[in-house]
Amino acid sequence: MRTLLTVFAKEVVDNFRDRRTLASALIMGPLFGPMLFAFVINLSLERALDDTDRTLEVPVIGQQHAPNLMGYLNSHNIAVVEGPATRDAAITAVNNGERDVIVVVPESFGEQLADMVPARVELISDQANTQAERDARRVRTALHGYNQELAMLRLVARGVSPQVLRPINVDEVDVSTPSGRSAMLLGMMSYFFIFALLMGGMYLAIDTTAGERERGSLEPLLSLPVTRDQLMLGKIAATCVFMAVSLLLSLCSFFVALKFMPLEQLGMTPNFGPAVVVAAFFVLAPFVLLGASLMTLVASFTKSYKEAQTWLSIVLVAPTLPILIVSILTLRPQLEFMFVPSLSQHLLLVDMIKNEPVNLIHVAISVSSTLAIGAALTWICARLYRREGLLG
Amino acid sequence: MITVDGIHKSFGKVRAVRGVSFDAPDGKITGLLGPNGAGKSTTLRILYTVLRPDEGSATINGINVVDDSLAARKCIGALPHGAGLYPHLTARENIAYYAKLCGLSNDAVDERVEHLVKLLEIDDFADRRTKGFSQGQRTKVSIARSLVHNPQNVILDEPSNGLDVMATRSLREVILKLKDAGHCVLFSSHVMQEVAALCDDIVIIANGKVAIDDSTDGIRERTGCDDLEDAFVKAIEMVGPA
Repeated sequence: MRTLLTVFAKEVVDNFRDRRTLASALIMGPLFGPMLFAFVINLSLERALDDTDRTLEVPVIGQQHAPNLMGYLNSHNIAVVEGPATRDAAITAVNNGERDVIVVVPESFGEQLADMVPARVELISDQANTQAERDARRVRTALHGYNQELAMLRLVARGVSPQVLRPINVDEVDVSTPSGRSAMLLGMMSYFFIFALLMGGMYLAIDTTAGERERGSLEPLLSLPVTRDQLMLGKIAATCVFMAVSLLLSLCSFFVALKFMPLEQLGMTPNFGPAVVVAAFFVLAPFVLLGASLMTLVASFTKSYKEAQTWLSIVLVAPTLPILIVSILTLRPQLEFMFVPSLSQHLLLVDMIKNEPVNLIHVAISVSSTLAIGAALTWICARLYRREGLLG
Repeated sequence: MITVDGIHKSFGKVRAVRGVSFDAPDGKITGLLGPNGAGKSTTLRILYTVLRPDEGSATINGINVVDDSLAARKCIGALPHGAGLYPHLTARENIAYYAKLCGLSNDAVDERVEHLVKLLEIDDFADRRTKGFSQGQRTKVSIARSLVHNPQNVILDEPSNGLDVMATRSLREVILKLKDAGHCVLFSSHVMQEVAALCDDIVIIANGKVAIDDSTDGIRERTGCDDLEDAFVKAIEMVGPA
């Protein structure tokens, strides 16, 4: 036990003095998640506000042929402006990307309207351009609205109720709560936490195995009167501590970052208060042992620092797999999922963020199965360190 | 006291050691001499229990290195070939880490580290981080580190590699001090002159076999060469190809 503590203390001190390890544990992991998240949220927020509030400027050719339509557009936050003189010039302008949307009102518009034949209006846009298509959709919706309004007026003029045109009225009832809506976006948070956790111990896992071998300090260490199991366990314990600290920091940084994100404007109120931060830490903590032993195990097989880095970056991504599969297949949380590490933590975390009651049996299964797998991997690591081939 | 009895070791098809036997008594310096790839390092690695022999046995103070490797390691201080230090720790911390691992109490650790710092004359750089140390400084710290548990037997694998004249000279003094203190010192080298200047007994190995195991004079006599280098070459030829 003393040996274990000595190795543990040495690895912590040693790695604390290493800038790269420290940066990845204390800065990279905890900051990467919230920053990326803030970026995504702000982007979608900007877009959401963009669509409704921004006045859209649309050039219209032949404005004089449809003064009422121009008025209608203006009242729907679409400013009619002067644009290219001819239809050909308009097509060229859209093609070149100078304009996103141009409306052409032919000379015959007023006449056709008066004759009660469908009056032709042209909407020129590039449908392959998604940004332009969003603007085109707004104009199309406005034109459609004008169309409806005229149709109703005509029916009323003929003494027919406009209701005739609406045989079905669809009312959508949205049962999602603001917290529930958050879960969609915040679902990716659980991966950020797992990522930060793994990132925190990655360099330590490399340094204590492949790094130690490459430096030539492994062989003298193994020739000391100490059992290898103890050395291994001390190393894994140190990796665990770095991972746990990194996890805690990333939870806290998210807690702070969420305060500055205008999520209410997106109709989301994530349930991520101090109590949830603490609960999330305890739900995710069992993953620390698994992550540390898995990374140490993989790094033990590699011949050099660089090779270890390559393999461990794959380990960084691996926990996303179960989460991804389940979200693609849109499977409902079930008991069996709780046996799968990373997936069980993800599902439990989503429940917490949604502010839904967390099933304690699920928590118990998640914690115990993740710890069991972690313990098994630790045992394999210790076995591996008894082999002589370890020195490469 | 180290006894090696007919050990064999192969790595795949390469037969690195093919029946090496010799004794290294206490209070004497035994040199393991041989060209590159002769099997010196493999033999020593088996002795400090990092490798297991395929055949044969070896004992340290009578303790079998395979059956009770932990007890054997307690009696060995080993300096592996190209041993590395922890660059983020100071020289003193590097030595203290090994002392703690060997189970010394906190007070004993300080005392022991201080003693070794004096013995190996590393006061000047003892409190600097080892990153950027010269080869000579690194070797001294590595040797100090391997002596933390005051082992009866000291195994040094090519300790003089990459050292300049001054560093080699002070290394030689350290080895002589260990001998005077009654330790059994076993060290390997591929430089005949170095071994001749220091050793009481020389074991020349080539192609995984012992060519000659004798004193310097004995080797001169048996090979019929006065010049040590010629004697070395002749002894290697006596073994024949692998």
